[in-house]
Amino acid sequence: MTRNNYEDKTGKPYPARAGNPVWNLFKSVKLTVVLLLLLAATSVIGTLIPQNGTEPFYVEKYGEVLFKLLRVFDIFNMYNAWWFILLLLLLSINIIVCSIDKLGTTWKIIFPDKVSFHIEKFRRLKHKEEFESYLKPESLEVKYLSFIEKTFGMAVKENIDNGVAIFGEQGRWTRLGVYVVHLSILLMLAGAVIGGIWGFKAFVAIPEGQTVDSAFLRDSDTPVELGFKLRYNSFSVTFYDTGQPKEFKSSLTVIEADDKETITKDIVVNDPLRYKGLSFYQSTYGVDSAKSVIFKITNKKSGMTYTRKMEAGETIDIPESGGKFTLTEFVQGYNFQGHNLGEGFVGKLDEKKINETGKISGEGGEEKEIYIPVKYPTFDKMRGGEFFFEIQDYEKKYYTGLQVTKDPGVWYVYSGFIFMIIGCWITFFMSHQSICVEITRKAGKGCNVVVSGSANRNSQSMKLKISRIASKLKGIR
Amino acid sequence: MNSSIILSITTFVYAFASVLYIGSWTFKKDVMAKAGFFVLVAGFTGNTMGIILRWVESYKIGYGHAPFSNMYESLVFFSWTVAALYLFVEVKYRERIIGVFATPLIFLAIAYASLSPSISDRIAPLLPALKSNWLIAHVITCFLGYAGFAVAFGFSIMYLLKPAKSGSSSILPEVNSSDSQQSGTKFNALIARLPSLDLMDELIHQMVMFGFLFLTIGIITGSVWANSAWGTYWSWDPKETWSLITWFVYAILLHLRMMRGWYGKRIAWVSIIGFMAVLFTYFGVNLLPGLHSYI
Ligand code: HEM
Repeated sequence: MTRNNYEDKTGKPYPARAGNPVWNLFKSVKLTVVLLLLLAATSVIGTLIPQNGTEPFYVEKYGEVLFKLLRVFDIFNMYNAWWFILLLLLLSINIIVCSIDKLGTTWKIIFPDKVSFHIEKFRRLKHKEEFESYLKPESLEVKYLSFIEKTFGMAVKENIDNGVAIFGEQGRWTRLGVYVVHLSILLMLAGAVIGGIWGFKAFVAIPEGQTVDSAFLRDSDTPVELGFKLRYNSFSVTFYDTGQPKEFKSSLTVIEADDKETITKDIVVNDPLRYKGLSFYQSTYGVDSAKSVIFKITNKKSGMTYTRKMEAGETIDIPESGGKFTLTEFVQGYNFQGHNLGEGFVGKLDEKKINETGKISGEGGEEKEIYIPVKYPTFDKMRGGEFFFEIQDYEKKYYTGLQVTKDPGVWYVYSGFIFMIIGCWITFFMSHQSICVEITRKAGKGCNVVVSGSANRNSQSMKLKISRIASKLKGIR
Repeated sequence: MNSSIILSITTFVYAFASVLYIGSWTFKKDVMAKAGFFVLVAGFTGNTMGIILRWVESYKIGYGHAPFSNMYESLVFFSWTVAALYLFVEVKYRERIIGVFATPLIFLAIAYASLSPSISDRIAPLLPALKSNWLIAHVITCFLGYAGFAVAFGFSIMYLLKPAKSGSSSILPEVNSSDSQQSGTKFNALIARLPSLDLMDELIHQMVMFGFLFLTIGIITGSVWANSAWGTYWSWDPKETWSLITWFVYAILLHLRMMRGWYGKRIAWVSIIGFMAVLFTYFGVNLLPGLHSYI
């Protein structure tokens, strides 16, 4: 701003709204620097002190006294603390006041009543390109005028002593870029506020084939209605040869109130399902139960083995009329004398006793719960029955863990992103540039040409541009 | 010939280029800087080939991902972006000697990648969350940003080593008055070879603006990626937060320039502080827990 060739063109300094100290405070760039410094410095704290931990964790780490002190200032959730929000609020006010304060002046520069050029300004510039031409000034004038018009989009001619000056300029509007940058910050902050008030983050786990109509809020575990039903159809996971998962995929179907299935979609980690303002992200997965299992049943005495495929709830006759077996369910863990045996199948066995002669000695009628673990194949052998069960194979039934989010602010944030990039691009790489080509008649034949120019930023690049233009003009015959 | 070998050779080529640039400055031999430029271009070519070859290799193994997924790959890419940006500046401004402090950075990054025992150059498979085009855009833009700040850092050091007296035409009277008047004729003779202070000042600013734009895009693409993978565009994870802190520091720099007297030396210092923040974002954060700990 201090290096500005145009401010004085309007003939007026910035409007002085002196007198109101609050306004003056909030329009100052000094405050901006202080606020940004505070934001940077305090943000460091949150990266050094783990956020959102549990109370015992902090007490152990920092001791009772320090813990209480830090908690007073919300250090354990500092990015949501009142003082951090206050800093952001002050920054927003700073941006708004500053923009209002300056926009009027900028507007006058961008849309002046009349664009006027002052040759003395260009003459004062240090960097100039000079050359001589043997052509007549009149013919140069016409050619240069059209050249400047072509490169700058406009050109003005003015008669000066002993010759003519051609002026051109472009990019007045680029002075608005900085307002776009600042506006984008307001948009992003507004989006964050909107998302915080009207949005939520929740989680739901659905077993394969099942349907849910609500999810549970992340922080409080209270259920929220989805407004429709969601069915989880199937799951698939692929692995790299290292055993690391490559991709997991869940197929979901949205079912509306009238039982109409509206959408079916496979979601993967980077590709969520979006429906009616809600997004469903693949977050976790795991084994919920088994669809079916293939048992190997061995007669201890004869060593004969049989295989039977079963589903939960099914009852089979044990071979050789050994009795009946009902598969109850798949469980994640099973407690056996204080040990957790891990995943496995629970069933009810009604075994008939077979006596030495091979005759069935009793009708049984005594149902007994048995457990067949996945990890320990010989476990059931130790039960001491006539037959023992092993798991040959089983088909897993998965559950999928979905992160459910609603964030109506995200579009404000995204449009802020776009404005931020466009605004920065304009401010950094474009500028308000003006050029002056002075053609003066020489005593003999031909004339003298001086090319000079300036820009409101990136003066060295402008110098290079002037040199390039000068050599092009030199080449025009 | 695999990518690791090419990149090791590139390391030595870059080392040679740095030596030439530093030599041109110390021995006042312009011809060394000229040679340095060509050696640097050779190194850059090797660097480019190494990255492309690594990409191809990852497809041959069957993992098939862009080579921007771990510390080794990111350092190699960092060297590449700094070299690319520096070559662009040298060609555009036709100033040779400005590479004295920038080229060693190019060499140091790739040397650290190749030589540090804690950095593996094995091509590893990608976690599902990392399979996204946003990730590629995120990494490329972040590193373009870092490259801008790195080159600005090199120029800042050069600025601080150059006394104001030898500066030529100045449009900024503040610079001359605020800079200390160093004496010592021999030292003066050395640094008189550096380009004018005005040019250095503007180059620093240009590089900071370039870095700021791309860091901004980098943070934005990272944020969009996080939103598509986890449903939150900002989660205050330490690496995220540190990139924001870095962004704040450079935003401060840009605004300080709006205030009277903040040119030249002071801006050079802020740019150095900013680069320290970049380094911490890049390396230091790995000491803290968080989502980014793999890169
Ligand atoms: C995170 C917050 C902010 C960011 C990222 C930001 C970004 C920027 C950028 C990129 C520029 C252009 C710098 C240049 O020309 O090289 C700029 C200029 C400026 N900013 Fe900010 N800004 C922020 C907050 C503010 C605030 C709160 C104010 C209020 C006083 C402010 C006042 C200005 C002014 C006066 C300019 C100069 C405009 C001109 O050239 O006429 N900025 N800002």
